[in-house]
Amino acid sequence: MSAVLLARGLRYAWRGRPVLNGVDLRVDTGEVVSLLGANGAGKSTLLRLLLGLLRPAAGDVLLDGTPIASMPRRLLARRLAYVPQVHVSPFPYPVRDVVLLGRLPHAGLGGLSGRIGPADRQAADAALARLSIAHLAERPYTEISGGERQLVLIARALAQGARLLVMDEPTGGLDYGNQLRLLELLRTLAADGFGVLKTTHHPDHVLHGSHRVAILRDGRILADGAPAEILTRPLMRSLYDVDVEPHRLADGRLVFMPPAVGGQPAPHSPFHPSESPA
Amino acid sequence: MNLARHPLLPLLGLPALLGAAMLTALSIGRYPLPVDDILRLLGAALGWRPLPPEEFEVLYNLVVRIRLPRVLAAVMVGAALASSGAAFQAVFRNPLVSPGLLGVLAGAAFGAALGILLSLDWLQVQALAFLMGVAAVAIGVGIATLFGGGAIVMLVLGGIVSAALFSSLLSMVKYVADPYNQLPAIVYWLMGSLAVADLTQVGSLALPIGGGVLVLSVLGRALDALSMGDDEARSLGVPVRSVRYTVIAAATLVSALTVSLAGMIGWVGLIVPHIARLLVGPGNSRLLPASAGLGALFLLGADSLSRTWSSTEIPIGIVTELIGIPVFLLVLGRARKAWA
Repeated sequence: MSAVLLARGLRYAWRGRPVLNGVDLRVDTGEVVSLLGANGAGKSTLLRLLLGLLRPAAGDVLLDGTPIASMPRRLLARRLAYVPQVHVSPFPYPVRDVVLLGRLPHAGLGGLSGRIGPADRQAADAALARLSIAHLAERPYTEISGGERQLVLIARALAQGARLLVMDEPTGGLDYGNQLRLLELLRTLAADGFGVLKTTHHPDHVLHGSHRVAILRDGRILADGAPAEILTRPLMRSLYDVDVEPHRLADGRLVFMPPAVGGQPAPHSPFHPSESPA
Repeated sequence: MNLARHPLLPLLGLPALLGAAMLTALSIGRYPLPVDDILRLLGAALGWRPLPPEEFEVLYNLVVRIRLPRVLAAVMVGAALASSGAAFQAVFRNPLVSPGLLGVLAGAAFGAALGILLSLDWLQVQALAFLMGVAAVAIGVGIATLFGGGAIVMLVLGGIVSAALFSSLLSMVKYVADPYNQLPAIVYWLMGSLAVADLTQVGSLALPIGGGVLVLSVLGRALDALSMGDDEARSLGVPVRSVRYTVIAAATLVSALTVSLAGMIGWVGLIVPHIARLLVGPGNSRLLPASAGLGALFLLGADSLSRTWSSTEIPIGIVTELIGIPVFLLVLGRARKAWA
């Protein structure tokens, strides 16, 4: 079952300051799309617009051709899931209960029914098993590691039954090994027919495991296409104001490396001049 | 936590325990009665086994006219405060929040003090307490909506501002009150008491309080989602704003009613949810009814103590604080891990 999320001409302003000036973006099932942009470029805003959490000033977001603004939220939640950045809940819900929250859009009486049926349990257990974290089911969500919590949040999205997953920096806060395992997992999910849109700050995470990259800059999609073609030295410089060298490995893969320590200092400050709280 | 493994046990066990506690509470007091007498009275009232008219009259007077209103009031007030506390803790994503967060208690205290200052009759004092409690929350929420679009932090700040406003108004009323009659009445009222509850009043408040507690309990699963964050809850199909304001409205309604019925009774709304969490886990669809039951039990116990501790009654607000603090420390020790 394929699905497609399509943004057309999205505009959004916050307190009179334009954040997005006409964004077009498409995410299909079967692909991992990375959204790359500097701090404050509006990546999170774009994600929230795509999820229907914000209303655009102009343009629209279509899910399989239907504007999401016209869809009941519960129906939308069965087809489009949000995987937030890893966070800590103040309450020690067992992992299975967190995953079962993904069944809320399927609950009876307009979501008011607290009844959790066999179908819900099955979906939750299947999602836990799918991510190989069934052994965590009874553990409190507050007592597992950050990497495990990210997997739990993905399991919840799978339990929703959604084929399209929108992820806010899924590798943020994870250790090196977990970052790579997560990228691998996203790749597998795409192969199994899920569509993933994620934001990231790591060009290497785009090159490793993404089918497509969209560059967000000045409120527009500056470029959209195959990572190895889009990510170039001039683009990296214009995007982040740093000079990094692309290297091609023996097997043809591309990596970026900063210049050797002690070489030329960065052109300006260590931080991008447009840096502002997201 | 073996109890948590049997999801239904606490929910089925609590009503039974509560019934037993109510019977016990009816039997103790200045004139202790065996539980047997109460059961015989119940049998006679239901027409199963008649009692001699004289004995019936004495028992009826003591048990139904004097003790039953208090016992029912304790159950209602305890259930209302504890379940509003649990719901507020979920809505504000903070386990240290109590139902007074948005200013309802400060407002109600001012309302009652003003009523006493104006020498209104008791029913009017209660009505004024209720109205001012609701008004305080409305002002707090109004400030939050005006300045911050109703964000959580702004709600908390709005509540602080509103509570501070009504506390200063209360001080003003205390300052101008007649120090020989009115001031002691205000101070005594602020300590809380279930003594003024009568059966008609308890009966007329049962429906709104029961309804409020039911509404909170029904929202349990939505509250689980809400406690994870607004965006997450919305993306799970939960109407965040409606749920949040419904909880605030229901919790404010029941808290203001408890204050108008029994004055200020602290700590119940803060500590009982923690005890309930240890028993049934943090999931709100079980936590809210469990908090209601445990709150009722807790206040029944506190009221029984306040009636029997010494020859004169001790205000129940003092008792809940005195028991509340050690219980809170105990819970703190066990729950610390969950808050870290």
